Amino acid sequence: MTVATCKRFSAPADLERFRDELRRRPPAAARTVRVCIGTGCTARGSHKVYELFTQALKEVGAKAEAAKCVGCHGFCERGPIVVVQPGDILYQRVEEPDVAEIFRETIMGGRVVERLLYEDPATKARARTSAEIPFYKAQQRIVLAHNGEIDPKRIEDYVAVGGYAALAKTLATMTPEEVLSEVEKSGLRGRGGGGFPTGRKWRSCREAPGEPKYVICNGDEGDPGAFMDRSVMEGNPHSVIEGMIIGAYAIGSHQGYLYVRNEYPLAVEHLKLAIAQAREFGLLGEDILGTGFSFDIRINRGGGAFVCGESTALMASLEGRPGEPRAKYVHTVEHGLWDKPSNLNNVETWANVPPILNNGSGWFAAIGTAKSKGTKVFSLVGEVVNTGLIEVPMGMTLRQIIFDIGGGVKGGKAFKGVQTGGPSGGCIPAQFLDAPVDFDELTRLGSMMGSGGMIVMSEDTCMVNVARYFTHFLMDESCGKCTPCREGLAQMLAILDRITHGEGQPGDIDQLQKMAGLLEGAALCALGKTAANPVMSTIRYFRQEYDAHIIEKRCPAKQCRGLFRYEISVERCKACGLCRKHCPAEAVSGAKKTPHVIDQQKCTRCGTCLEKCPFDAVLKV
Amino acid sequence: MADETLVEEIVRRYDGEIGMLIPMMQDLQTACGYLAVDQLKRLAERLEVPLSRLYAVATFYSSFRLAPKGQHEVTLCVGTVCHLKGAGAISEMIREAFKVEAGGTTPDGLFSFQPVNCVGACALAPVMIVDGKYYDGVSKDSVLKILHGLPLAEPAAKGEGNK
Ligand SMILES: Cc1cc2nc3c(=O)[nH]c(=O)nc-3n(C[C@H](O)[C@H](O)[C@H](O)COP(=O)(O)O)c2cc1C
Ligand code: FES
Repeated sequence: MTVATCKRFSAPADLERFRDELRRRPPAAARTVRVCIGTGCTARGSHKVYELFTQALKEVGAKAEAAKCVGCHGFCERGPIVVVQPGDILYQRVEEPDVAEIFRETIMGGRVVERLLYEDPATKARARTSAEIPFYKAQQRIVLAHNGEIDPKRIEDYVAVGGYAALAKTLATMTPEEVLSEVEKSGLRGRGGGGFPTGRKWRSCREAPGEPKYVICNGDEGDPGAFMDRSVMEGNPHSVIEGMIIGAYAIGSHQGYLYVRNEYPLAVEHLKLAIAQAREFGLLGEDILGTGFSFDIRINRGGGAFVCGESTALMASLEGRPGEPRAKYVHTVEHGLWDKPSNLNNVETWANVPPILNNGSGWFAAIGTAKSKGTKVFSLVGEVVNTGLIEVPMGMTLRQIIFDIGGGVKGGKAFKGVQTGGPSGGCIPAQFLDAPVDFDELTRLGSMMGSGGMIVMSEDTCMVNVARYFTHFLMDESCGKCTPCREGLAQMLAILDRITHGEGQPGDIDQLQKMAGLLEGAALCALGKTAANPVMSTIRYFRQEYDAHIIEKRCPAKQCRGLFRYEISVERCKACGLCRKHCPAEAVSGAKKTPHVIDQQKCTRCGTCLEKCPFDAVLKV
Repeated sequence: MADETLVEEIVRRYDGEIGMLIPMMQDLQTACGYLAVDQLKRLAERLEVPLSRLYAVATFYSSFRLAPKGQHEVTLCVGTVCHLKGAGAISEMIREAFKVEAGGTTPDGLFSFQPVNCVGACALAPVMIVDGKYYDGVSKDSVLKILHGLPLAEPAAKGEGNK
């Protein structure tokens, strides 16, 4: 029905003409509504909210496009998020019953529904638009610029906001060499973890002998607590595809692969659709935009193995084999997929490419710090008030991120540390809150940038237990090919288990450190080489917690079972008897109207009483 | 029970290219719910590779299963954030209360249980997904309630058996 269908651009000018036409089209209705269908909002029922809006709009005869599904806005804590245009009015925590009111008041009546606006917890001031909310104020969005604004299933939306302009410009006016030097000059570094200079990687691949060359996008995003790449793939899939086509042109590749994590079905669906649309419009496939350049992309789904995010393991997986990494001295830019020169970049890295070519390397290089340019997307999670997805310029301090944007620690608790860099990253303690966040600074602090997970931890988090969790994770995910990683991690885990069970021995820490050294020196791939990071960084900054576990048999955060006691507060106990009834060890005594008591001799420290008490009278001491 | 045409059709879908082995096995699993031995054999024969190669892939990647799944699919996130908020204890409780292993199915076939690392909805931690429906901020008690409330159909559904 739209003019757009069956349109195939045969020259860059066609694309521009189409864009003009899209921009001249009148809006679908006087007021339109956008509903976030990111994972967080969907889980809270945003699809139903969207359906209700569509239905209501249909009943008044508005065009279908008046209600739009959009990608993640980032403010997952407050989902489902609904935005009404014009006016950019942002409603949060919208539930099914709220739809009728928003429809009647705002969409039909042009009035704001105050109670659904975001309310600042401190000042109680209500914010109408995202720009007024502190969570958004300090952000600078390049990669996420159009997330939450465009419908990821409509190429027209992407084109209307300037999509594929960088591609058209590149193909029509630049040589591959000029693209390479532009990306080099921008200072863009890989967002997948290592921070390797992207331009340099592209050049090595271009110059490597051998044909064909492959261009690959790493959408495996295995780090738990991270959903940056997912949101980009789901919310703006064309930006990744456009980046890949530009990269392929610069490198001289004609076949690309998108490797997407198995747990991300929506990302796969949106990418598939985007690829099909791009092909239909002549932006992908043979003779792109009539310039003679050809390139196509295929999607592969991962199988649920963390190690497949590693470059050589990913390529093994693309070849249909188990994802076992190989030694790094053979470079994948020379001998990668099917032994051919292959260039692998992360989703966010690719999504940065179109803005760089649109605005120039100078513009990009002006953002960020001396050696880390541009912005970085982080998923800010854990015990933070505003959980969500943020994008900030490199060099912003941890304090600004966690407190100004994140709103601080949940429940007014004290901040203990922030874990960055994924499972093999590290924990950074409060004394470094004013450190600027960039690749080199985080490494200097014993952690790393990783792909951008930021997990905030409060005083109630036991750091030994955190180290144990990540070591367990990495042991599970170790592919088993090399001995130091396969056996070393199991041994380290045994020691950490012992410590968290109150059976730690003097010398355990030395032993852990020795094994960490061994892993770093002898493991085959980066998974093993960095696997001791969580242990090493927690020993470095939270040594006293290890000592408390080992020497005093005490867990200061009161998390490790058996290393703290339960007591019943005399003031709070209402003698309801629930704890007594449920205690499996019959350790609680007490009668009607008399506060109950736990017999510490009998108590097995199972915690049932704490879970059952309706009055918060059971205390951890 | 298995029909030859399915394997044949899947192989054709990918031009019999061995590099697409994983997508082929994913399609097979999507169609049947799991990877049945005789179908794997057929696929190996058709691709002219040893069965061990397929077995290596099937056991390396955690999303493949070699046994039929239960009537319901229960996924529990045990990623970092969910872990910090108590998902570990919930997982332990499920395994004990329903006699089910991680990646396995309950003895009565009620549900298959898969703990996974982060489903990307950390704002809702701890998260459990039952047949695609997300439950946020779950606790031991609420999980028990949800799982006990799952309807158990007639024990007919052995794989694709009686349809
Ligand atoms: C164990 C392991 C897991 C990794 N997982 C991912 C991942 O999920 N996503 C990603 O982009 N990079 C991941 N990487 C980094 C990749 O190996 C590679 O460096 C990156 O994709 C290159 O892209 P970039 O230069 O754009 O960062 C992982 C590395 C290791 C060692
Ligand atoms: S850690 Fe559970 S959803 Fe992210």
